[in-house]
Amino acid sequence: MLQERKSKRSRWFALLGVAALLILVLVLENTIRPTSMLFTVLKKGAVYAVVATSMNLLNGFTGLFSLGQAGFMLLGAYTYAILTIPVADRESVYYLYQGTVVNFSLPDLFGGADNPVGLILGVLLALILGGCVAAAVAWLIGLPVLRLKSDYLAIATLGFGEIIRAIFQWDKLGPVTNGANALKNFPSFSSFNIENADGDVVLRLSTFVAFLLAVLCIGGVVLLINSSYGRAFKAIREDEVAAEAMGINLAKHKRLSFCISSFFAGVGGGMFAMFANQAQAKTFTTAMTYEILLIVVIGGLGSISGSSIAAFLYVAASEWWLRFLDTETYIGDFKVPFLRTGFRMVVFSVIIMIVVLFFRRGLMGDKELTDLFRPRRKHKEAAK
Amino acid sequence: MQYGISILLSGISLGGQYALIAIGYTMVYGILRLINFAHGDVFMVAGLMTVYLSASLPIWVSLPLTAVLTVLLGFVIERVAYKPLRSAPRMSVMISAIGVSYLLQNLATYITGGLPQMYPEIPGLSATVTIAGTSTKWVTIITPFLVVALVIALTQLINRTKMGMAMRAVAKDFETSQLMGIKINNVISITFIIGSFLAAVGSMLYFTNYQSIVPLSGSLPGLRAFVAAVFGGIGSIPGAVIGAFLIGICESIIKGSDWSVFSDAFTFALLIVVLVVKPTGLFGEKATDKV
Amino acid sequence: MKWNKVLALAMTGALSLGLLSACSGGTTSAPGEGDGDSSSGEKVVRIGVFEPSTGDSGPGGKQEALGIQYANYETPTVDIGGETYQVELVMADNGSTTDKAPTAAAELVNQNVSLVLGSYGSSVSIAGGPVFDEAGLAAIGVTCTNPGVTAGNDYYFRICFLDPFQGTVLANFAEDKFSAKKAYLLGELGNEYDQGLISYFEQAFSGEVVKDSFPTNTSDFSTYLNKAVSEGCDVIFCPVSVAYSTQIVKLAADTNLEIPILGSDTLDNNMVLESAAGSNVQLYVSTFYQEGGSPEFDEGIKAWLNEDATAMTNNGGNDTISGLTAMGYDAYYVALEALKAAGSTDPGDVKAALPGVTYTGVSGDIAFDEQGDAIRDTAYIKTADNQNVAWTLETVQTVE
Repeated sequence: MLQERKSKRSRWFALLGVAALLILVLVLENTIRPTSMLFTVLKKGAVYAVVATSMNLLNGFTGLFSLGQAGFMLLGAYTYAILTIPVADRESVYYLYQGTVVNFSLPDLFGGADNPVGLILGVLLALILGGCVAAAVAWLIGLPVLRLKSDYLAIATLGFGEIIRAIFQWDKLGPVTNGANALKNFPSFSSFNIENADGDVVLRLSTFVAFLLAVLCIGGVVLLINSSYGRAFKAIREDEVAAEAMGINLAKHKRLSFCISSFFAGVGGGMFAMFANQAQAKTFTTAMTYEILLIVVIGGLGSISGSSIAAFLYVAASEWWLRFLDTETYIGDFKVPFLRTGFRMVVFSVIIMIVVLFFRRGLMGDKELTDLFRPRRKHKEAAK
Repeated sequence: MQYGISILLSGISLGGQYALIAIGYTMVYGILRLINFAHGDVFMVAGLMTVYLSASLPIWVSLPLTAVLTVLLGFVIERVAYKPLRSAPRMSVMISAIGVSYLLQNLATYITGGLPQMYPEIPGLSATVTIAGTSTKWVTIITPFLVVALVIALTQLINRTKMGMAMRAVAKDFETSQLMGIKINNVISITFIIGSFLAAVGSMLYFTNYQSIVPLSGSLPGLRAFVAAVFGGIGSIPGAVIGAFLIGICESIIKGSDWSVFSDAFTFALLIVVLVVKPTGLFGEKATDKV
Repeated sequence: MKWNKVLALAMTGALSLGLLSACSGGTTSAPGEGDGDSSSGEKVVRIGVFEPSTGDSGPGGKQEALGIQYANYETPTVDIGGETYQVELVMADNGSTTDKAPTAAAELVNQNVSLVLGSYGSSVSIAGGPVFDEAGLAAIGVTCTNPGVTAGNDYYFRICFLDPFQGTVLANFAEDKFSAKKAYLLGELGNEYDQGLISYFEQAFSGEVVKDSFPTNTSDFSTYLNKAVSEGCDVIFCPVSVAYSTQIVKLAADTNLEIPILGSDTLDNNMVLESAAGSNVQLYVSTFYQEGGSPEFDEGIKAWLNEDATAMTNNGGNDTISGLTAMGYDAYYVALEALKAAGSTDPGDVKAALPGVTYTGVSGDIAFDEQGDAIRDTAYIKTADNQNVAWTLETVQTVE
């Protein structure tokens, strides 16, 4: 009873915390100079937090080692882009293929991207459809692949990522995928900024929208993990054989976890396209999957809040805080040694190795942020 | 005809070079159950070492020195990045491997300043030869023979020597062999040393053929060699070699066909089919799960 | 367990600290904005250099940046609205990849530059473009030739010719010079620049074509070259980035390939030239500038290169001048002209002034059309002199 009330209270705390975070983002965005690197980092961090959470669901909670995340992101990004490029711009985007075979656009169907209703409905629907496409493909891939064990599963999913990329770059599919060319001109996060009649921005919402979407996705994963399905996933992670003996349908639950994870990776891919203002197959490489995997590990396998925090730290460190290491610097006449192009990434990878080797459980282990505020009692209870 | 020969030639030489890398993957996997993602990058670093060493030393000094340094690198990577994680879950070790690979690539970018480096000409290997109207380098011809010789030597080592016996025992059962008094750490180090040495030899052959080295040069051959190792049955050395030759030839044929866009995708499709139909590969041993 | 908690809190703290510092940094010090001044009281204007210095386009990006750096060394100040400003270059490495480009662009925006120069490689320019567009910051493309760079982006300008032009020039050249009936086209899979040029070449070429794409990070090109031979192609057209073209040219040199290789502006690089040294390979590239076009510039930059060891290494180890470097040099002066015309360092004013800027540089006359593209109708085609390891001018091509 007591336990239940406490968990309810921590849930309220979590909700309040999230609401406060969203308000903080909104306030920051409208007070600080909008060109600050901070917002780029926050937006990319929000996107990576979604994808890292989706990967954590699979790798950390279900114990399935998959390396196909970039492939599913690609599916989401392309679906989102193809469905939202305004019809009027299609000719110029698909300039090598004289237009496209997909001649409708979701925002246009709901009254155009300039209309708030059209924009919100179109973008949301396209993101969800992007997730669905990724989930559907995951279901197909899962049929043969999910029977494989740990490393074999990893390498097979990695292979699928590469195959998907090659298919999207194939010029025969150009009228749909635009071949090697980037898809662009679709609504991005900045499309949500509210402008007045003169075209001046009155209220900036771009980072806020990124955070809102991320919160919705991550919230969905959290709800799933706390449900009976989530407990089944964890049981599979701990011991497959025991889980099966307890009456958990292994195949069904693995497939479910794989599809849901891919769904959110797909949504994350769509968000990545919104962040980058373009979608190009060349972006979604294995290196991206590794990046996300590293985020998951740094945050802690099996901790959603860990993945989210690590996503921001990772993006901020690699893209922002360490950038000074790339430029030659003089303090007075003294030239600081080692500083030149590429040093940033060396330092960064050393930091990653240190985390991997010495902080093996990552930032949070398998604890959540909410656990930090209510732990000690357990020890006391145990002592009693 | 002439075209067919040229495709076959480049397929065989590619296969030979993949084979030397694949052995490193397969031996490490056999013993540690670890996909050593950094192996392809060790191969790339070996190439870069030769470039920098040969700039100041004669080639016949720099090549052996490269081999020694590469072996040292492999040894150090194992001791620093994998050994502390021996009791950790397998996923952590694999992530550590990804981290090492990331570090090696970034270090290479830093040192080369992002400029491609030209591999030196090796007398004898770099000379051109014409076979049935196709001109190619001597290294293409030599590669398969060298690979076969090295593989025979290696199988002798594994089947006939005490160290080889210890390796087989560790691959079979990690803990029991430890109880039997085998010094596991030594065996693992030796495995990494052999793997790195072969990667160094492989880099000499590969980069003599394809001379410019960039920090990502190791990633694609590494991945292909890994696929070859899985294809042949991971843990089996002859399997890895045969798998590598098959992958090399297939790759050349696809590149020569109208489907060159899918040359990478095909390799992976093949891998997935093999994994699903016969998860232990062509020559792999059946493993039963212990409950 | 406890440690983890401490670490987690520390990291969260670091994150919030970063936030705070960004807040204060953002509001108080905004160097370069309006009339930013350094400690010595000198006025400073910042120009962003958006170039790859790592990745497979790294060598090209470096050569382009060299031109900009040399121009900055030559003319470190500019008079804006009657006051003398010190010009400071702000470099951002876009790593040749489209996923790092938007953040590198954002970093330049963050540094309050007045305008941006770059990038080598169209795909990174296309990836970074929307960031500049959104920030209201003008960017001048130096050698990014793909039409997608300026299309639909009001803030991207460029001083080089475009790929439909370049592809046509090279296709015409292949037909005129080699009476080519069949061409082999090779590009990197999924690279917007390569594939774009290949389709323009294909459109303009009257004969037959064989097309192939290789996956990223490929280093074995022997099968592709053999295919070109066996198909009986008369020319090979490979508009690929430097890392790949060195491999292709080296391989062709080693195997005594008799088919001429045509390349685009990306191949105008000393490392490519070096790979052909001493062989019989016939290498032709289209570019923006031929050494000797402006003796004064040649002499100056050679002296500069020979004094600066790092610059020399970045140029590929010798003092051959690439068209990319000349274009970087011109781009810097166009930027100065724009600043003068704007009469302020505000990005908005610079953008407004830019379309009207004209300048006669070492690579020719530069003016912009309404799309923001350069009005240019000439391309230099150079061929590699493999004995002297130098480029010689083959012809100057124009298209009506």
